[in-house]
Amino acid sequence: MSGPAVAAAPASDRAAYRETLLELARADSRIWCVDSDTGGLEKLFETELPDQYVDLGIAEANLMSVGAALASTGVLPFVNTMAAFASARALEQVKVDIAYHSLPVRIVATHSGFSAAHLGPTHHAQQDLAAMRALPGMTVMTPADAAETARMVRAAAYLPGPVYIRIGRAETDPVYSGEAEFTVGRAVELRSGGDVTIVAAGSYPVLFAVEAAERLAALGIGATVLNMHTIKPLDVPALVRAAATTAGIVTVEDHSVLGGLGGAVAEATAAHYPTRVLRVGAADAFCSRPGSHREQLKAAGVSPEHVVAAARAVVRGRSELDVHA
Amino acid sequence: MTVQTADALVGVDVDLVELEGRALAVREHVLALGATPIGTHVGGSLSAADILVALYFDVLRVRPDEPRWSGRDHFLLSKGHAGAALYATLAERGFLPTAELAGYGRPGSRLMAHPTLAVPGVEFATGSLGHGLSLGVGLALAARRALRPNRVYVLLGDGELQEGSVWEAAMSAAHFGLDNLTAVVDRNRLQINGSTEDRMALEPLTDKWRAFGWNASTVDGHDFAELVPALRSAPGSGRPTVLIADTVKGRGVRHLEHRKQGHFAKLSQAAYERALAALRAAA
Repeated sequence: MSGPAVAAAPASDRAAYRETLLELARADSRIWCVDSDTGGLEKLFETELPDQYVDLGIAEANLMSVGAALASTGVLPFVNTMAAFASARALEQVKVDIAYHSLPVRIVATHSGFSAAHLGPTHHAQQDLAAMRALPGMTVMTPADAAETARMVRAAAYLPGPVYIRIGRAETDPVYSGEAEFTVGRAVELRSGGDVTIVAAGSYPVLFAVEAAERLAALGIGATVLNMHTIKPLDVPALVRAAATTAGIVTVEDHSVLGGLGGAVAEATAAHYPTRVLRVGAADAFCSRPGSHREQLKAAGVSPEHVVAAARAVVRGRSELDVHA
Repeated sequence: MTVQTADALVGVDVDLVELEGRALAVREHVLALGATPIGTHVGGSLSAADILVALYFDVLRVRPDEPRWSGRDHFLLSKGHAGAALYATLAERGFLPTAELAGYGRPGSRLMAHPTLAVPGVEFATGSLGHGLSLGVGLALAARRALRPNRVYVLLGDGELQEGSVWEAAMSAAHFGLDNLTAVVDRNRLQINGSTEDRMALEPLTDKWRAFGWNASTVDGHDFAELVPALRSAPGSGRPTVLIADTVKGRGVRHLEHRKQGHFAKLSQAAYERALAALRAAA
């Protein structure tokens, strides 16, 4: 269990990813960076590892199919675009050419959730987790901070099938203060408490969950916080433990309440250990005005206050049930 | 094969009798698959048959008993709805038993309407249009970077060229100078709703490809004496090559030729027999 850092400086998932990818590619010539004019990767790769870099320009459909074909020949491609384009514009190529063939393509999608902020709804990705996790065999992950991004990218590099990693755009505060365990498909417990479980994925959601847990503690409510960095395969045992030991679950995500982390958790608990699941996520609507990433989230219904309110409702629900029992 | 076309064959060893015989067999298989309960895309399979036969019986370096041989040339049927013609060709070439064709579309069979990886010799599952050329770019690029001699052939439908992703792929193939990549357009001029030129015009087609940086030429897609040398030639000019193969939808069965209604058919026993008789009479 790691506490929130005070020493570490904010850093971006993107910078951590790029550094890690370059490090991996230096060590293994099969690892290629396949780009779509995303800005920055070319500077890292073109001089040092030109044979492991391809820029396909602004053509995301072609990007995914070329990535699939490369993977079929033994290359381990990391394909790069924004989450909105990977999961909507090029979704068919991801489905047919990558997922259907179980090819080891790593799709690294930046500008996750509302992190494109002022760029607006064309660049927001509130549906990508729903789309990607519905594809058979796709591993779907989203890191909580820059350090976890590096661990996740290393862990993903040699997974046998396709992988979707959604990362943010700008710098965010670190969640971890030092080295931490990372296993694909296993949630990380950041706080423990006996009353309610908060399950979060992605940078702001995890930060909000931790902040909410502290506020709840001040109210006398103990909250367990799970960083569910892997949306698929989901850590069902951790959810069953949460359902068995606390009043219920609150999910937090930078994604629509439909079909993302909250949907996945609700599906899993319904099947394995029915419990109350309240989903804190973006309302089923497009954003309507400019604002920072954090402001967009708040307007959509995702903030520490929303998490506290949901957690209290879950705990209250149990006490009400106890009264009626 | 007529004498007039023999000029194209000077210095080229092409067994025209063998190829014509294989093409007839492939077309017979296609009609048989059209007579199964699921039916098939008869028109576009018959238009593509000669191109497939030229590739699999002359041009492609493949090993039917070792479909994933690393030295193979890659073939991608981007117009995946012509799966029946591909299955028939693969069966004739020895990738799968011809007897297996009888199971087409039936439970337990490996043969779905559109090709899947379950079928030996199929490189990628296709059917959603506009993917094949991009896949070809990836394969050709990988071979180029690794200094491997594998060549890549992609068969596109002409209506398929209306998909934007084809042009993303075309742009990138030329940009990377992939002269180990050859695209063939099965230019039968018909799509489901009618003439390609009436529905969403493609002409001037060779000009478009040339403008995208490709070597582009037209060829009679039913004349092996033209097809084979054109497919064999490796330009080595730093550019990918596209052959616009003039073809006839439904080719070989007179009453199905040039007819959009022949795009997909479930042939009754009587219709099958009539089509088979027409095919054999014309051969």
